[in-house]
Amino acid sequence: MADKHQMSVSVWRGGAVGSFQSFDVKMEGNQTVLDVVAWIQQYADPTLSYRYACRVGMCGSCAMMVNGTPRWTCRTHVNKVLVDGHMEIAPLRNLPVIKDLAADMDPFFDKWVAAEGLHHPTQTRHDPIEAIDPASAARVEANAGIECINCSVCYAACDTVAGNPDYLGPAALQRAWSVYNDSKDANKKDILDAVSGVGGCHNCHSQGSCAVHCPNELNPMNAIAGLKRETTRNFFKRRT
Amino acid sequence: MMTLRLYMAQRISALIMAPLVLMHIAVMIYAIQGGLTAAEILGRTQGSVMWFAFYGTLVVAVSAHGAIGLRTVLSEWAGLRGTPLNATAWGLGALLLILGMQAVYGVTAT
Repeated sequence: MADKHQMSVSVWRGGAVGSFQSFDVKMEGNQTVLDVVAWIQQYADPTLSYRYACRVGMCGSCAMMVNGTPRWTCRTHVNKVLVDGHMEIAPLRNLPVIKDLAADMDPFFDKWVAAEGLHHPTQTRHDPIEAIDPASAARVEANAGIECINCSVCYAACDTVAGNPDYLGPAALQRAWSVYNDSKDANKKDILDAVSGVGGCHNCHSQGSCAVHCPNELNPMNAIAGLKRETTRNFFKRRT
Repeated sequence: MMTLRLYMAQRISALIMAPLVLMHIAVMIYAIQGGLTAAEILGRTQGSVMWFAFYGTLVVAVSAHGAIGLRTVLSEWAGLRGTPLNATAWGLGALLLILGMQAVYGVTAT
């Protein structure tokens, strides 16, 4: 683009089958990728579908592929991703496309449940609140993953998910690791069983795309390594 | 596609292979100091229960390790699943085992 006040944006249109449509969008001084998508929907083509909610990097709904890289679009400035006045925006990789930029997140969340990344209580609401030592080793491990916003950027970045659709993926396994290390969780064995099947943590090749692309700079690969360690430790114990 | 059992089988076979490979290389370097002849190698290995057990163990570990690794590659790159995947992996393991044991037999039989 010769005009520095305009950028050309290729946007995916359609579902699993579709094509990129080009839009010319006015450059602003301070503009995120989500702003660009919103501008196209409001001023160029109201039929464009996309998903967002909070616009401040908390809700995890606006992740998309920008120039082939998964990113949280509300916190990604256009200046950071524009190449010669052009960028390409597509729905998240490794997930079914509903329409245009909206990916179907169901498989992603189903796998959180499949990985037992959910709370198994030890107490009832009638019990007193349990004191937790924030400095204990297990709590530090659990805390490492709790800032996950479920945006699916790591899931879209993961080549193991791309090659093996059964793989639970970095986010679900990281949550399983957090829950496993939570002293308030009652069902450690079910978690280890859930991450030891055909789609389990042992499929991870430690390529680290999850850790590279996580917008909150978490390290799911490290959590998966923890799960591998614990399942290995329990392998012999539980057979005897 | 990788379950805990396969993962453990691959890691344990790797643990077995590592010292055997190091010893294999160390013996090679040591044994060729005075030149390398088939007669010298066969003189050392033929009729030796120790070398049969050494290379037999290595071949079994390699067959298991390699077959599980190729199974992952076939699953992720060729999209094989279920019975075709397992049958191919078992086939590759058997092939490695037969070729390897044939070689072990070849150098240790008298």
